[in-house]
Amino acid sequence: MPPLLEGISEAFYLILTFDPYLMRIVFLSLQVSGTAVLLSTLVGVPLGTFLGLKPAGRTRLISKLLYTLMGLPPVVAGLVIYLLFSRMGPFGVLGLLWTPAIMIIAQFVLALPIIAGLTMIAIRSRGKTIQETALTLGAGKLLTAWTVVRESRFAIFGAIVTGLGRVIAEVGAVMMVGGNIAGRTRVMTTAIVLETGKGNFELAVGLGLVLLLIAFIINSLLYRFQEGGKNSAW
Amino acid sequence: MRGEEIILEVQNLSKVYDKEVLKLEKFSFQRGKIYGIIGPSGAGKSTFLRLLNLLEPPTTGSIYFKGKAVSMNGDAALAVRREMTMVFQKPLLFRSSVSENVAYGLKARRFPKEKTQERVEILLAKVGLKGFANRNAGTLSGGEAQRVALARAVAFEPALLLLDEPTANLDPSNVELIERLILDLNRETGMTFIMVTHNIFQARRIAQEVVFLHEGRIVEVGETEKIFTDPQDQRTRDFVEGRMIY
Repeated sequence: MPPLLEGISEAFYLILTFDPYLMRIVFLSLQVSGTAVLLSTLVGVPLGTFLGLKPAGRTRLISKLLYTLMGLPPVVAGLVIYLLFSRMGPFGVLGLLWTPAIMIIAQFVLALPIIAGLTMIAIRSRGKTIQETALTLGAGKLLTAWTVVRESRFAIFGAIVTGLGRVIAEVGAVMMVGGNIAGRTRVMTTAIVLETGKGNFELAVGLGLVLLLIAFIINSLLYRFQEGGKNSAW
Repeated sequence: MRGEEIILEVQNLSKVYDKEVLKLEKFSFQRGKIYGIIGPSGAGKSTFLRLLNLLEPPTTGSIYFKGKAVSMNGDAALAVRREMTMVFQKPLLFRSSVSENVAYGLKARRFPKEKTQERVEILLAKVGLKGFANRNAGTLSGGEAQRVALARAVAFEPALLLLDEPTANLDPSNVELIERLILDLNRETGMTFIMVTHNIFQARRIAQEVVFLHEGRIVEVGETEKIFTDPQDQRTRDFVEGRMIY
């Protein structure tokens, strides 16, 4: 049997038997990426909303910066964070290198520009009209901001899912700052690299399948949400 | 002296974008009247409404609401905004039910929940949309959406309602319904209306006073019939008689 098919067959076995090694890696991946995206959302959505409601001419520089950072190579992010948090760096004293916490920081840095940037674009297209409608109806600042976000929720949710897709699939940054330590900082992508190198194709394919499955679930949720949760099949 | 009957007054109001689009020395709107603001495209009609609704700051000049100078920011601006509202030519309905749309302004004012639904039902019946409360606002036709926007605007009983081309692109039955609503509301509640319209026939049908704007200036103001039958300015005469003006 070709290695790929053999890998897929073994992969299903590992998934269906809830293999502890596989599950630990999957759980840590979700924990790290989920936390990073949650934090990025908490910062990125208000930031993107604020920028989106400002006249484009007044946010030109920060917009360019956000667009640039949306394409930030993970290894560059990993390198900068490594230098900042290594013993010789300004934050070395915190001792975060090779921990899940610094992996969250790295993924936060990668997801934030995507979530803030895509939110800004979404708000810029319709936000002003929503804002003016809310204001004319007597909404205060807080209710107006909430209305703008609520009315742009489909696009914002899309931004969040894109951010999650970006970080859960990246390998460079988490490898550099997390170190791929078994049972501690090993996540799906770094494990795939390692297991492929060792010739353990079944585990590598299994992890790949889980990654794809997660992507499918996330996109299905997005699709369902954008359809308004009505009559949409998975 | 600003008398009790004056609801809104502007003094030395101007707005400059790339060029000056509006310049008004002094003008007062009286409480309880329906005003029609007419004029050719680019006359500054919509800009005037946006300034009155505090959506944009004037370049120079002041706006007085109920005799008090209006500030553009803070609680004072919010307090003024809560006494007036505006219906746009293409109203934006929120992505929720018709009922939630109509109740939005009431919620913003912390209107008692138990009374909100009752008022929403009454208003929907008034705009001919009884039974639409739970409909998704996104599924409404243009005319229905405009009627929901009107119900949403009057739900909290503002003292002043600004209307920017409220019936443009609507079919005659919807136009008639909306015009009747405006007249009824004005008669029943004493609400003041300032309506921008390119439709001079509509202005003649429902406005009590007409303001003719041209190139950002008020050319002529007067009782509707007088403006249409005996205009004092040649530009007004040309406009109301359907001739091109330059």
